[in-house]
Amino acid sequence: MKFGIAKLSSYRRHRFAAPALLLVALLGVGSTFSVASALTASKAETQSAMSTQVSEGKQIFERGCSSCHGLNAEGSKIAPALIGVGAASVDFQVGTGRMPMADMSQQAMRKPPVYNAEQSAALAAYVASLAPGPASVNEAAITWQRDGNTAQGGELFRTNCAMCHNFAGQGGALSQGKYAPTLMGVEAKYIYEAMITGPQSMPIFNDKTISPAEKLSIIKWLKAAQSEPSLGGASLGRTGPVTEGLLAWVLGLGILIGIAVWLASKAR
Amino acid sequence: MKKSEKIAGNVANYVDERTGAAKWLKKNLTKVFPDHWSFMLGEVALYSFIILLLTGTFLTFWFDPSMREVVYNGGYQPLSNVKMSAAYASSLHISFDVRGGLLMRQIHHWAALIFMAAMIAHLMRVFFTGAFRKPREANWLIGVGLVTLGIVEGFLGYSLPDDLLSGTGLRIAEAILQAIPVAGSYLAFFAFGGAFPGHVFIPRIYTVHILLLPGIFLALITVHLMLVWYQKHTQYPGPGRTEKNVVGYPLMPVYMAKAGGFFFIVFGVTAFLGAVASINPIWLYGPYTPGQISAGSQPDFYMGWLDGLVRMSPPLETHAFGHTISWNILIPGLIVPGILFTGMALYPFIESWMTGDKREHHLLDRPRNNPNRTALGAMSIAFMLVILINGGNDLIATHFYLTINQIMWFTRIGVFVVPPIVFIITKRLCLALQRKDREIVLHGRETGRLVMLPHGEFIEVHEELSAEKKYTLTQHEQPRALEVPDTDGRGVRNPQGIKGKLRARMSQAHVEQVSAPSESEAKALESGHH
Repeated sequence: MKFGIAKLSSYRRHRFAAPALLLVALLGVGSTFSVASALTASKAETQSAMSTQVSEGKQIFERGCSSCHGLNAEGSKIAPALIGVGAASVDFQVGTGRMPMADMSQQAMRKPPVYNAEQSAALAAYVASLAPGPASVNEAAITWQRDGNTAQGGELFRTNCAMCHNFAGQGGALSQGKYAPTLMGVEAKYIYEAMITGPQSMPIFNDKTISPAEKLSIIKWLKAAQSEPSLGGASLGRTGPVTEGLLAWVLGLGILIGIAVWLASKAR
Repeated sequence: MKKSEKIAGNVANYVDERTGAAKWLKKNLTKVFPDHWSFMLGEVALYSFIILLLTGTFLTFWFDPSMREVVYNGGYQPLSNVKMSAAYASSLHISFDVRGGLLMRQIHHWAALIFMAAMIAHLMRVFFTGAFRKPREANWLIGVGLVTLGIVEGFLGYSLPDDLLSGTGLRIAEAILQAIPVAGSYLAFFAFGGAFPGHVFIPRIYTVHILLLPGIFLALITVHLMLVWYQKHTQYPGPGRTEKNVVGYPLMPVYMAKAGGFFFIVFGVTAFLGAVASINPIWLYGPYTPGQISAGSQPDFYMGWLDGLVRMSPPLETHAFGHTISWNILIPGLIVPGILFTGMALYPFIESWMTGDKREHHLLDRPRNNPNRTALGAMSIAFMLVILINGGNDLIATHFYLTINQIMWFTRIGVFVVPPIVFIITKRLCLALQRKDREIVLHGRETGRLVMLPHGEFIEVHEELSAEKKYTLTQHEQPRALEVPDTDGRGVRNPQGIKGKLRARMSQAHVEQVSAPSESEAKALESGHH
């Protein structure tokens, strides 16, 4: 430590010391001013940025979504109205590639997104401008690494989610070809948005049913389950006894019968 | 004589003079057993049972069969401070805090699956080769009893850890109990000591799982093996093998070495599975709470067919005299399994009745030489597989991109349609194989070698079978259908009634086969061009 300070102080008479200090001072004053002025000016500017975003979103919507959802997002026979679904719903559906749908089969499936983050945000802004709804969630705001309790999240998950998504979040079957998708590898903000918007067959878990803190716990547990090494050897898909039975017959009894054949044939 | 030899001789003599063991040992150690891989399936089951006893004993040292509520504070962090039963907490303790505990738990569970699979495979072997025929009907009954008890024992075993999955299974077991008309609710209250889940069930099934059923298993297995010993082992037909002898190797030293070695192989394979493949990861399931359930809750495979039956049954209920009769549980949960297992147990007697065959059999049938029985067996397996598919319908749906409704309707219809089709196809296959046997006995094996004769004709050279092979392919008997007289001596029409007609019809179906080539047919060919 002493060495470091000593070294730093040995530069104090350097010929660039004075200009450098001046530069730092100027930068400090300048940025203080710019922040202060931005605080007063931001409101009006955001308003106009917002309206450009909304009109951009409206354009994208008319090109890419209105054929099913209607020109004013009023919905149709084949697609629901989007008035009041909120930005969170758009962010989830478009951000995970579920919308726009590639085919009108049982259920929209996760695929590479069609729109980039900016376009998706514009769409969200447009849909949010139609009627109030849940706002989209910033990944940084989902502080599951810091907050939340894994064990409590596990209990909540088993009570509210496991019946469709399986005990380890691997997903499961619903009726008529619909399914609860796997939750492994899903970004925290999409898990959160799914809970507050209830996409497709999923119910909405609002903040009264499961509080925001509890939602973080669920995410924390899911992330723990995802990163948990397979403790007893190969996990066999974490889907329960079906794969175990298959392995017992094919590998277990299969090997033993093979050995029995070998033992009996040696005797000839 | 060396000094050590002298001491050994003296000890042996001392024991023999007091027990007379020498004569008994000499007789039994030289006992001859026939050799075939399919005779070792029962051995796999026996050795798995021994592995189950050993690993199960290890698990009892730490398992706490109590439904007392505790707060978990062990090594598995994602469950810390969660309230759970002592049974579940101690299972977690075995898995994470006991040295080798998880390995032992996994070996125990894998051994249980292999035990059941081996018993079922052994049962199929006995069925398809006709080894259940007189004098072995009693041993067949014991075998059916062992399979049935195995299902119960396995179910109770995986229910013990009191995890979310097993609790779901117990809930269904309770529902099946309750479905028994009138007595059901009383029986359920009696078994669970009150309303589900109560506090007594885990300790009760623990006693049954580790004491009562293993005791019955040991007794039944002992009688099973004593009967094999006393009645002697069956053998496949072949030259020199008759109903009166056993051709094979002596117990000492051949089978002592083989069986001893095979035990360690079975132990090795089971331990390998236990070491590399996770089974029943209870820590992921979480503790049982009646309010929770997981998607894809399935039982182990030997109960899976039962689950499939319950899943496919339509919602039928009757309300009568203040009672509800839940046909949707009663039929798939009790009536159909009852019919299946009763039918299986009685099959030796049914077959002997319809063929009128009351003789002793020590030579096995080649499955193709009894097409009707083989087809019946294949039909039963097809039935089981169809309902087993429905037992895993949700996993099949998600993994093969199908809908659960399609699978359920496929199995609902398939359970009636597929078995008869399998019966017909299997019977035709058996008859075709018999025809093939007949063909190669008479004309030899096609060698694929084409020869051009001097006058330009091409012929394929057929290689005649060895005499031994010919004997093996033609030794089976040609059964005749039972004849039921239309009128008896006093002119009474159809004296045996509808039962007689049924018996005649069944016996006719049972004897249908391609006749094996007779000696005169073979002679006629020999004098010909071959």
